[in-house]
Amino acid sequence: MPETMCSSAIIQLTDVRKQYGNDGITTEVLYGIDLTLQRGEFTALIGPSGSGKSTLLNIIGLLEQPTSGTIQVQGRDTGTLSEEELTLLRGRSLGFVFQFHHLIPAFTALENVMMPLMLEQGRSTSAQRERAAGLLERVGLVDRMNFKPDKLSGGQQQRVAIARALVANAPLILADEPTGNLDTAAADEIFKLLLEVNEESGATFLIVTHDPRLAKRCRRVVELVDGRIVS
Amino acid sequence: MRIEWLLALRFLKEGRAQTLFMLGGVMMGVGVIVFLTSLITGLQRSIIEKTLGTQAHLVMRSPDDEARRIIKPTSELAVSAIVEQRAQRLCSILQWQQIMRDLELRPEVTAVSPLVAGSSFAMRGSATKSVALMGIEPEKYTRIVPMPSFIKEGEFRITANDAAIGTDLARDLGATIGDKIRLQTADGRSDTITVAGIFDVGIRDLNRRWVFITLRSAQNLLDLVGGVSSIDVTVRDLFKAEIISEQLASQTGLTAESWMKTNAQLMVGLRSQSASSYLIQFFVIISVAFGIASVLVVSVIQKSREVGILRAMGCSRRRILRIFLLQGGMVGLIGSLFGGGLGALLVTFFASTAKNPDGTPIFPVVLEPSMFLIAAGVATITGILAAAAPAARAAKLDPVVAIRNA
Repeated sequence: MPETMCSSAIIQLTDVRKQYGNDGITTEVLYGIDLTLQRGEFTALIGPSGSGKSTLLNIIGLLEQPTSGTIQVQGRDTGTLSEEELTLLRGRSLGFVFQFHHLIPAFTALENVMMPLMLEQGRSTSAQRERAAGLLERVGLVDRMNFKPDKLSGGQQQRVAIARALVANAPLILADEPTGNLDTAAADEIFKLLLEVNEESGATFLIVTHDPRLAKRCRRVVELVDGRIVS
Repeated sequence: MRIEWLLALRFLKEGRAQTLFMLGGVMMGVGVIVFLTSLITGLQRSIIEKTLGTQAHLVMRSPDDEARRIIKPTSELAVSAIVEQRAQRLCSILQWQQIMRDLELRPEVTAVSPLVAGSSFAMRGSATKSVALMGIEPEKYTRIVPMPSFIKEGEFRITANDAAIGTDLARDLGATIGDKIRLQTADGRSDTITVAGIFDVGIRDLNRRWVFITLRSAQNLLDLVGGVSSIDVTVRDLFKAEIISEQLASQTGLTAESWMKTNAQLMVGLRSQSASSYLIQFFVIISVAFGIASVLVVSVIQKSREVGILRAMGCSRRRILRIFLLQGGMVGLIGSLFGGGLGALLVTFFASTAKNPDGTPIFPVVLEPSMFLIAAGVATITGILAAAAPAARAAKLDPVVAIRNA
């Protein structure tokens, strides 16, 4: 069965382990994770605090290196890539939505959405502007385009962050507690939006969440306990 | 706009107070440097102008007479000899017309003038004064020393009869315009001249001793018919006078002395003044650099979250480095523009307050465009260098840590 999955796998983790510290005192965070995410999948990653969710997400997001094990992004082994190549791959293949929105305060909502494209192409263009405006319209913020993040509500900021994650057509979107900082109503809306854009864009989504109510709405749930996948 | 420039500009704009502090620091620094430089340049220029007002840039003379030894020591013969220095006779430069023509053709030479100089007595009534005869060709000499501008009475008219003397000599002899003065040399030759002009070159000793007569009169009085005792030369770049004098000396076989050698003490003074000014400027630049660096270090810490986000979104370390280097450079450049203005303002203010009793500025301050360009360049480079450590720190930030800690 894994062979047939490989062809459409966006990311494949094989026996990924992560330890922190050295000098004999090491903390093992992840114990041999095997995980494959398929194209278009919408997966929730759940687990108690300290179970290694964030570490796993950072490793999938190519922000951290595993102690051992391999990560393949669209069939390509990342273990041999340099810092520079990883950064490039990150920009091209991954979109991030963080818990605390993490927009850049000095830029407007529109410019924040354009940022991944500007970084990729080295400059701003009108094509980027159009694409970003289109996405902001999709997330319902067309009238807030030229606002700086501090003039937007938490839910609005998260919508901008989602638009930003989508702008570069990244095949894999990683979200770390995207609703963690929002009230229930706003959280529901954001979650609904994530499900919708998953349908529309065909990108793979991996959502870390605490909220079992939201996890239930995902097609696939991966549970992490003490650095091991239990379901 | 390139993304690095956009990010650098926005970061600067966002950290308003910090940016203003950095700009203020650069502005003060550049202001001080511009002020100091123009002050010292002006001061030195006026000192040099005053010194060279009555001097040629370089003077060429016949080589000194040497005592020649008749018996020379060889490998077989040891000679014990007492060699006495010869007394120097007043002698003409050989082929001086030809040498003058050659000098005039050189591009670095702007004026050449022959001079017959020697001592004599000036007598009027019962007064006798020792003077220095200056036999000149007036139209040539005035291109070296602007004598007409020093004239207090009469005019600088030098002919077979007319001569010009200094104010102090005129007072000593009790002579005014139109009075006759007898010139007599040690070997008895004499001539009578009429005072046509009285000058004040600002140096009492020269006012007391100089008597300007024609080349021919001086040649007759000093028994140097057809000859000249020295050739005065003015060069285009007065600070190259020493180098040119060495070239001329070796090419003509004459001795050539530049104003820099004649006024060696002054040159030492000017050099040490410049050196101390450079030292002050250097430390000003260093302190400005520290100011920029310390503000940027704080800014990097404050911006670590943004740096983390940018890194996560595919922004390379090198690009982060460039963004912060650019901030330093921009602060340096923009700050130096304000600083140039501040410096110019200070200089103008100083020039308008520091005045002689007669209302002329004590010395002209010099504001050259090149000085502003250099200041802007130095400030920009200083800004970039000062940003190096903070920028390296920003580039090294681990995006995971940066995002988590925010």
